[in-house]
Amino acid sequence: MNTISKTLALMLLVLAMPAAAAASDDPLDSSQWRYMLRQYFPDAKVVFDDRVRVVAPDYAEDSLATPVQVRAEGLEDVERVLVLADHSPINPVLDYYPVRAAPAIGFHFKVQQATPIRAAMRTADGTWHVGGVWVDAEGGGCTAPSVGSASPLWESRLGEVEGRLWARGDRSQRLKFRVVHPMDTGLAAGIPAFFIRSVTVSDADGRTLARLEPDEPVAENPVFALDLKHAGAVTVEGRDNNGNVFSARIPAPAS
Amino acid sequence: MSRGALSGCLLLAGLLVMPGAMAASRYYDIEPVEVAADTYVVFGAQENFNDANHGAIANTGFIVTDEGVVVIDTGPSRLYGQALREAIGRITEQPVVQVYISHAHPDHFLGNNAFDDVPIAALPGTIDAVRAVGADLAGNLYNLVGAAMRGTSAVVPDQTVEAGTTATFGDHRLQLLAASGHTAADLMIMDTTTGVLFAGDIAFHDRAPTTPNADIDAWRAVLAQTREREFAVLVPGHGPSTPDDAPLSQTGDYLAWLVDRFTQDANDGMSAAEVMFQPLPERWARLAVQPGEYRRSVSHLYPAIEQSALPERTE
Repeated sequence: MNTISKTLALMLLVLAMPAAAAASDDPLDSSQWRYMLRQYFPDAKVVFDDRVRVVAPDYAEDSLATPVQVRAEGLEDVERVLVLADHSPINPVLDYYPVRAAPAIGFHFKVQQATPIRAAMRTADGTWHVGGVWVDAEGGGCTAPSVGSASPLWESRLGEVEGRLWARGDRSQRLKFRVVHPMDTGLAAGIPAFFIRSVTVSDADGRTLARLEPDEPVAENPVFALDLKHAGAVTVEGRDNNGNVFSARIPAPAS
Repeated sequence: MSRGALSGCLLLAGLLVMPGAMAASRYYDIEPVEVAADTYVVFGAQENFNDANHGAIANTGFIVTDEGVVVIDTGPSRLYGQALREAIGRITEQPVVQVYISHAHPDHFLGNNAFDDVPIAALPGTIDAVRAVGADLAGNLYNLVGAAMRGTSAVVPDQTVEAGTTATFGDHRLQLLAASGHTAADLMIMDTTTGVLFAGDIAFHDRAPTTPNADIDAWRAVLAQTREREFAVLVPGHGPSTPDDAPLSQTGDYLAWLVDRFTQDANDGMSAAEVMFQPLPERWARLAVQPGEYRRSVSHLYPAIEQSALPERTE
């Protein structure tokens, strides 16, 4: 084999390997990605993967509440979903453990400036699969006070949960719930960080179906949409960073 | 002050004015279209704000009377307002004597800088909104449009329109109709002399309606009432004018469809991002600025509808 064909063979070999997430090959071409890799995935195997779908508008109409839907298409054994924003004073947006649920979650988040919004899904073999999109924005969402912080009304309703289940095929349900909470980031002058730290969804026997750990950038009075691999009523329990707890039983869908 | 210093000041003033005048014609190609006797419309681009259209996306209009020119909406920037005024000057020697602002959205009133020597009238709700958020709206448009915005600030209208009154300019009698729905205060102007109805953003035509400050029920009620009116020409806030009520029915049908779709999606448990990225039916996909405007409407309208599909409080 001459040198040229050796080189070609080596190049083909390189092309055939799964895309390792070096800073240079970030499909979103973000200047922050090298730092994100070091900070959030030290020593881990990270690949960009089109099966990890992040759906969000290309412009944040509401910097305080920009919708995002994360889901996997044909990626199995996802144990953890980490949602991150590169250009944000607080990069982690939400950490989701779909124990008996699909690796899919819908919610709203605060946008401080134009940023990639990414989902990193860790599969059972320890590999992180990353997908994402850019969201442009007028911005300022993370450093603005919550609407709730300006009004005493929320205090009497703090931790109230409104939730509903929808049957989605055999032993599968969409759960949507809203929690009354200001979700203050701590980055608005004079208003300390005050946000929901953890939420657990369990079945009637107390088995965990899904667990999520929101970070400060999740929008005020958050609404979460989850896809549970479970039929029947569930319990939603959570706590915030000040130790306030909330819980609610969501009845099985009518029909 | 010495004569030398004075002429220096005049020279400086001349330098300051001239580039502005040149810049106005460089950014904005204002071509008034005569839609009825004495009545002209400058049609905006059927696009979102960008640095190619320099913010000129809304229709502006003017009526030439024997007692001066009445301007309806001033466009997105000082330079647009100047270019509009120059275009009026090419059509008539009559001075501009009155400005009406249809509502407090940046594509309609930020040209006020060029008319600050003329009474600028608006509904009380419009005046309040320009005072409260005008500077933010101008700042946002600087970000979206860029250099064409220079010298633009939010000039608060200095004259209040009383709902249901009539104003007369020469032989043109203008009915000043107070409505709401697109925003908290939407002024429509009916010229009973020519039969031209300036509907402002109550009516969109072949361009998806915008909903950041909308009250959909109120808006649909106004559209239904307005369809009962007699008019010869309808000038929508965006899109071509028509001799019929097509812009009114199209806007009403779109808003009805939007609410029905969001209500159904909320009752199916869909997340806001899922709702945003659904395909649109052909009739609504082919409107200008789609699917972007539809996606903005998800942000504006879906949260409340989504919440109403959840039980009041789960125990």
